[in-house]
Amino acid sequence: MLDALQYPFFQRALAAGLLASLACGVIGALVVVRRIATISGGLSHSAFGGIGLGYLLGFDPMIGAAGFGVLSAIGIGVAYRRLRHGFDTLIAIVWSVGMAIGILLIAMTPGYAPDLTTYLFGSIVLVPSTYLWIAGSLDLVILVSVIVLFKGLRAVVFDEEFASVSGLPVEALFLVLLSLTGLAVVTLIRVVGVILVIALLTIPAAIARQWSHSLGRMMVYGSVIGAGCTVSGLFLSYWLADGVGVNAPAGPLIILIATAGYGLSILAKRFVRRAV
Amino acid sequence: MNTTAVEVRDVSLAFNEVPVLEEVSLTLEQGDFLGLIGPNGGGKTTLLRVILGLVKPDRGDVRVFGKPPSRARGEVGYVPQYARFDASFPIDVLEVVLMGRLTRGALFSRVTAEDREAAQAALVRVQMADLGSRQIGELSGGQLQRVLVARALAVEPRILLLDEPTASIDTPIGRSVYELLEDLAREKTIVLVSHDIGVISRYVKTVACLNRHLHYHHSKELTPEMVEATYGCPVELLGHGHPHRVLEEHPPTGGLGE
Repeated sequence: MLDALQYPFFQRALAAGLLASLACGVIGALVVVRRIATISGGLSHSAFGGIGLGYLLGFDPMIGAAGFGVLSAIGIGVAYRRLRHGFDTLIAIVWSVGMAIGILLIAMTPGYAPDLTTYLFGSIVLVPSTYLWIAGSLDLVILVSVIVLFKGLRAVVFDEEFASVSGLPVEALFLVLLSLTGLAVVTLIRVVGVILVIALLTIPAAIARQWSHSLGRMMVYGSVIGAGCTVSGLFLSYWLADGVGVNAPAGPLIILIATAGYGLSILAKRFVRRAV
Repeated sequence: MNTTAVEVRDVSLAFNEVPVLEEVSLTLEQGDFLGLIGPNGGGKTTLLRVILGLVKPDRGDVRVFGKPPSRARGEVGYVPQYARFDASFPIDVLEVVLMGRLTRGALFSRVTAEDREAAQAALVRVQMADLGSRQIGELSGGQLQRVLVARALAVEPRILLLDEPTASIDTPIGRSVYELLEDLAREKTIVLVSHDIGVISRYVKTVACLNRHLHYHHSKELTPEMVEATYGCPVELLGHGHPHRVLEEHPPTGGLGE
């Protein structure tokens, strides 16, 4: 199975998976403890509108996805804080409107959109090297922002009221968190697809939470767990194709492995608690 | 020298056109220990939030040490009625208490030795000195409440605002919180919101009643008129083991509903 490593496409897939894992661990921890994990689903679907725009105007759809992701994030954040609209309502709106725009723009694009499904369902084995550059840059932005703003972000996701009493720029920090989530989503789209992004931003962080005593550690554990899931999903997919002759795309396998890990983690936690 | 700690002048506030505070005026001198009582929905929490600058009044003016609330952040420590955070958050007690230091412009800088000392001193004061590394999810309700008090103390504020700090804890620990407040009252200005009039009358220096309108006479005495105006019920009702009791005299046990 290790012979897979000699293929450039597999190396790129591995790199894409690891870059995505970093974003999913760091941002996943923040959205999971703040209980706004569903925003990752909303933002990934809204990013589809940007993908459509990229198709229509002929630029890299990932750039469009990043733009739509961040703008939707800020839109949700401002509407939530200023208009006091329900967070879940806003997510539902952004979720479906992004898809609607994407579908319309792609329909208007002349000719056929051959690799549309790679965005919808992900296709980690087909990632171009430009995507690695994009994902790497986004990771860098996410990592630097979270490290610099760590105390403020943690205070806001922990207890917004007290953060506000302390004089922190709560609204700005919240908008930064949502925007970074919009960027994190983009790093995940090629790996598991628009539809499954929410799982990779939620499940590894949820597993990490069961075993960590600090937010920082939860980010590290989440990234490692995310990496474990993507790498094993990739190898499983390769083995199924190469050894068994079954075509099983890596994206869904990654999600199923993560979910199985979540179940095992709950059982293990019970076991540990009983043993203590 | 100006000794006024808090000045609330003619503050009115409505939520969705329902008036919550009407023409509320309140002046606190440094060293005051005010007990604020009133029925649920009477605006007690809202008044604290106005003083904290979390809510802007529709009319009127608020000054904390002569400054608008937004510029007096480091002067005020706030203890909410209940923890507004998720107890399963991966964080330990010391880290929570250290959040009281964010006021000091410590957003980007590392935690200093001074911050650690202030946080540890605050934990000592609430008798949780050895629980700093405990996860907050492993604390009892009373311990969690004391962490909230410690977080407010870590600010090293000159004013402490407490919103029913013992609402969720059992009596002996509640009493230790009040004894701590009595102790702190020697050096700080304190506003204590409570519905527990027995406790209020035992520890505080002055009492105010709030039910949209504030009734305050700079004394500890509750006149029947104040109570009636605040609770809207005849005074006769108030001597029968009802939580409203504690006018003038009460037995030393002072318990409620006994």
